[in-house]
Amino acid sequence: MSVIGKYFIFLGTLFGKGEKLSVYWQRLMEECVGIGVSSIFIVAIVSTFIGAVSCIQTAYNLVSPIIPISTVALIVRDMEILELAPTITCIVLAGKVGSNIASELGTMRITEQIDALEVMGINSSSYLVLPKVIAAMLTFPMLVIFSAFLGIMGGYLAGTLTGVITERDYLYGIRDSFVPYNIFFMCVKPFVFGFLIASISSFKGFFTSGGALEVGKASTQAVTNSCISILIADYLLAQLLL
Amino acid sequence: MIEINNIAKAFNGKEVLKGISAQFQKGETNLIIGGSGTGKSVLLKCMIGLVKPDQGNVLYNGRDFYNCDKETQQSIRREMGVLFQGGALFDSKTVEENVRFPLDMLTTQSPEEKQERVAFCLQRVGLEAAAKRMPSEISGGMKKRVGIARAIVMNPAYLFCDEPNSGLDPLTSVKIDELIKEITEEYQITTIIITHDMNSVMEIGQNIMFLYQGDKLWEGVNSEITKTTVPELKEFLFSNKLLREMQE
Repeated sequence: MSVIGKYFIFLGTLFGKGEKLSVYWQRLMEECVGIGVSSIFIVAIVSTFIGAVSCIQTAYNLVSPIIPISTVALIVRDMEILELAPTITCIVLAGKVGSNIASELGTMRITEQIDALEVMGINSSSYLVLPKVIAAMLTFPMLVIFSAFLGIMGGYLAGTLTGVITERDYLYGIRDSFVPYNIFFMCVKPFVFGFLIASISSFKGFFTSGGALEVGKASTQAVTNSCISILIADYLLAQLLL
Repeated sequence: MIEINNIAKAFNGKEVLKGISAQFQKGETNLIIGGSGTGKSVLLKCMIGLVKPDQGNVLYNGRDFYNCDKETQQSIRREMGVLFQGGALFDSKTVEENVRFPLDMLTTQSPEEKQERVAFCLQRVGLEAAAKRMPSEISGGMKKRVGIARAIVMNPAYLFCDEPNSGLDPLTSVKIDELIKEITEEYQITTIIITHDMNSVMEIGQNIMFLYQGDKLWEGVNSEITKTTVPELKEFLFSNKLLREMQE
């Protein structure tokens, strides 16, 4: 409980006395590149293959003459939009971005770089962490939209190239019974997950003490705690919004 | 002038500082010496506001650091320059950006003014040529000098150095010591140095305080230190074979 309390106090310090807006803007842009742009490649690879595998496995299990084959595309689309793109992408990002944030801040702490900021009278948590949290909340939804698109495209490529489904059936399936609200739901999830990943990982890194071993532990804890929080938040959001 | 009164600090019930009082004069290099684990770094952290003491106060020209409003505390902070043990340079910034950082964050100077000040500070520590290099590309001694340049870039009234010679060869140590002393005298800074380097004690220690197990056991100037009768200080001073032979 004390850790949770410390986490919320830490969140409060992010919005304490800040620095010049121009400083934050520059930091935000740097973090958007570090967190968002540098994650495009891994998101693209993971999403395309997950979409492809979803299509093949759904088709493998859907062998009923009364179910049209276009249902495969419908299932791939809804799986991607509702769960795979937002949740799996964010779990991948928890590993990549979360460990990066925790180890960066942990190293800054043990090499006294954070102390140096505090001595200068700079709100170190606000300067270092707030841009990371905002960057994650901004870039994760974009990455998830990109992921959903690539996932559906991966399904299309896998389905049509292997002959599991025709191009016409796939295109019909992904437009069939489409619920636009699901897109909104898909975008809310990474917004929340981005906040959780960036803030939890920052919290773990920011309060690291000791040496290289502790930085490694903080990084591991950041990833595991982020993943657990994503799964809990995923369930709560599904209950609340669907 | 910096004045500390009855500073005490305990961690998990273990007393690390036991009511330390002292005065550090302007334009002098004040050394806090002692063995490892005697509370030197904790005392420094109490003075610069990184660790809040359990009791006592720290006065900067009469302004109580822990019992003043936030604005005064902020202005005191801006009068401080700190050289950390490892330099504490920001890894993602070049040498030049590291030195300019306090100016970017805390002043409204024009880019030209900042550039001029950064160039002056880097020239002062002899690192003009390394301005564009990253911290990972420079040696330990150079990192310390960049740390000094960053510490003096805001024209501090108080300079704190945490073991400025640690991990350096004797020649570089002497150069760092000389640089700190020169800067202290030139800009009339109140400088406090944490060290256990005996060479620094003899070369630049104008006012020396010896800590032992959280207590202040001795205070004086470097010309008197070798004549001490305090057994703990004698043991500390002459732990080195060379110095022991010299004493004999």
